[in-house]
Amino acid sequence: MSQQLALLPGYLTGHLQLTMLALLVAIAVSIPLGVLATRVKWLEPPLLATAGVIQTIPSLALLAVMVPVLAAFDLQSIGFLPALIGLTLYGLLPILRNTVTGIESVDPALTEAARGVGMTEAQQLRKVALPLALPMIVGGVRTATVWTVGIATLSTPVGATSLGNYIFSGLQTRNFTAVLVGSVAAALLALVLDGLVHMLEVGIRDRRRGLTAMSSGVFGLLLLFVGVTLVAPWVRGSARPIRIGSKSFTEQYVLADILAEQIHAKTGLPTEKVESLGSTVVFDAVKSGDIDVYVDYSGTIWATVLQKKAQPTSREQAIRESTRYLEDELGMTVVGPLGFENTYALVMRDAQSTDLGVRDISELVPFAPSMSMGADYEFFSRPEWKAVKTSYGLKFEKLRTMDPALMYQAVAQGTVDVISGYSTDGRIDALDLRVLEDDEHAIPPYDALIITSHHLKEAHPEVMDALAELVGTIDAAQMRKMNGDVDQRGEATAVVAQRFLGGLAAETNR
Amino acid sequence: MIELEGLTKKYGEATAVDGLTLEVNEGELLVLLGGSGCGKTTTLKMINRLIEPTSGSIRIDGDDATGVPAHELRRRIGYVFQKIGLFPHMTIAENIAITPDLLGWDAARTSNRVDELLELVELDPSEMRERVPTALSGGQQQRVGVARALAAEPSVMLLDEPFGALDPLTRDRLQESFTRIRRRLGLTAIFVTHDMAEALLLGDRIAVMDAGELVQVGTPHELLHEPANDLVRELMETPQRQAQNLRSLFESSPEGDA
Repeated sequence: MSQQLALLPGYLTGHLQLTMLALLVAIAVSIPLGVLATRVKWLEPPLLATAGVIQTIPSLALLAVMVPVLAAFDLQSIGFLPALIGLTLYGLLPILRNTVTGIESVDPALTEAARGVGMTEAQQLRKVALPLALPMIVGGVRTATVWTVGIATLSTPVGATSLGNYIFSGLQTRNFTAVLVGSVAAALLALVLDGLVHMLEVGIRDRRRGLTAMSSGVFGLLLLFVGVTLVAPWVRGSARPIRIGSKSFTEQYVLADILAEQIHAKTGLPTEKVESLGSTVVFDAVKSGDIDVYVDYSGTIWATVLQKKAQPTSREQAIRESTRYLEDELGMTVVGPLGFENTYALVMRDAQSTDLGVRDISELVPFAPSMSMGADYEFFSRPEWKAVKTSYGLKFEKLRTMDPALMYQAVAQGTVDVISGYSTDGRIDALDLRVLEDDEHAIPPYDALIITSHHLKEAHPEVMDALAELVGTIDAAQMRKMNGDVDQRGEATAVVAQRFLGGLAAETNR
Repeated sequence: MIELEGLTKKYGEATAVDGLTLEVNEGELLVLLGGSGCGKTTTLKMINRLIEPTSGSIRIDGDDATGVPAHELRRRIGYVFQKIGLFPHMTIAENIAITPDLLGWDAARTSNRVDELLELVELDPSEMRERVPTALSGGQQQRVGVARALAAEPSVMLLDEPFGALDPLTRDRLQESFTRIRRRLGLTAIFVTHDMAEALLLGDRIAVMDAGELVQVGTPHELLHEPANDLVRELMETPQRQAQNLRSLFESSPEGDA
């Protein structure tokens, strides 16, 4: 819990920056647009329809789509900007709609009275229409506030720090304390901001100077805080930290911590982790230089970046060709493999494999016809399974699909005999399971590679040296153990990473 | 003084007001009388340009009403609405002070004026100033409505069925108050109503309208004795018949009934 709470200031600051700015922009855009829509009648349907359509886009997709859109305009495509724009777009509709409704539902008798006493158009709006529409407009702002605070938790996958960092990493590493802290903090923030808007409204409506001053004072302070924290890094002129990216599963969080800790320890440069990113988002960010370094897998690069249909003939070929393509075509740098593969693997109980004398898949073939196999929802339709079936002539008595979370438990308890697991999953050790050797190399290799952006080499050669020290230092067993320490034993990824680097240092000194 | 000449309002093919020519003298109250849809309210709203006329001219104290921006014209004309139209987000004092504020009066002058007007419409300033409109009865609200219309010392007042939505007792009291105020201030006013009795009680002269046209203008006496057509005659007979009916009802009611 205290480990999680230590992260709160950073995450909360990020969350506040996003929500406050997004709301401010949404208010500044929608209220004038709403007023305009009530003056220029033909504008109203298209404006409301556009805002309505934006609203129907699933929020995660809206945020994610900002990444390629901004990249196309050569803007910062990852982190604060895409999240801010996505959130602002989301906040537009409730404020716009309520402004229009609020102004249009002003009693026509009052509108006529406002003209009759001699007000100009602008005075009618300022002295009568807007004050009377205020409760409605504030209602829209409150809706937008609650939505924005909630949806801001989804800005984590596009690389903006928010309370969502708790939720995304917590769900992946089965750390429910983190999920709880993130959710409760977001809910409380929504309540507090909503309450403040309400207080401001009551203050203005009932002309309670104290209440108005207090609530607008708190808003002022929050905005000041947001402004200062946003501007501070520039003013301080401090070097941009080395950014380390990670996808959203346990191993990636551990590796991001190892990279960050190693860079900081060896070079003294500040580092920043950008975690829980989508797989293509993190690749694009490193390609564009928004993120400096991350770990990806040769098989993934082979299939999704090189877009090759044929299987590589060896681990070495996959590494070699991926490296060549990334370096020559895209200008990135592949520092080297970490030493382990995280691939699909056939997994069985260690005791059973010893009894039967099965250590690799070839040795499994004679026993398979009387065995059952379990796999996640997609494995049996993936090319990896077809490759295994054809190259070994493997045939099971029964194939069962099951939830990946239950799969390891199922094989451990003997519900099935074999499963398709991930070779570095922590549960393999924790549940006394064994990975069968792929002796025919049917499954494509998934070597973990350290990959850096094009400019890191020139800007910080010392970082490259620090990263090079990690090449070949982690084998599959070690990675499994580290994943297990996080998933099964509930240790913090940073703690596991530090222990690994400590061990590494002791080894080199010896 | 108000002079209307050939005042016409058309909505597409339909003619709401057709070539109306009329004069209201200094200090005179003219009642514009007629059934619903006869064009009396349209006429009234054209005078302060809440509705822009299709053709014809309007002169107020000799000046062409279209010679100034509409909002400036309206600040010089007091207008009392049938639906009262007090602004619910403002206090009574703020409602009355609107037009003086728009004209840029200084705060002290406006504040004195608000007190003076509240007293004129028989409301207690110390009690009323800071109240909001919804805390007042309908009759009190329309007293404030009259005060608001008078606030900027207009030379001309327009009243659109101002007491039409009030209960009979309240209406009676407001009519009395208004007559007293009007006499005291010597207001030039046009008063729209469909209530014959109200027209006879308040009007120096009455203009009867029908289907967008002016049928007859004259003092109540003239209309009673020389009606221009059957419509005017019927209009004049209605209150007389009612009065007779009421009298016979009172006379025939048995003693000691109460």
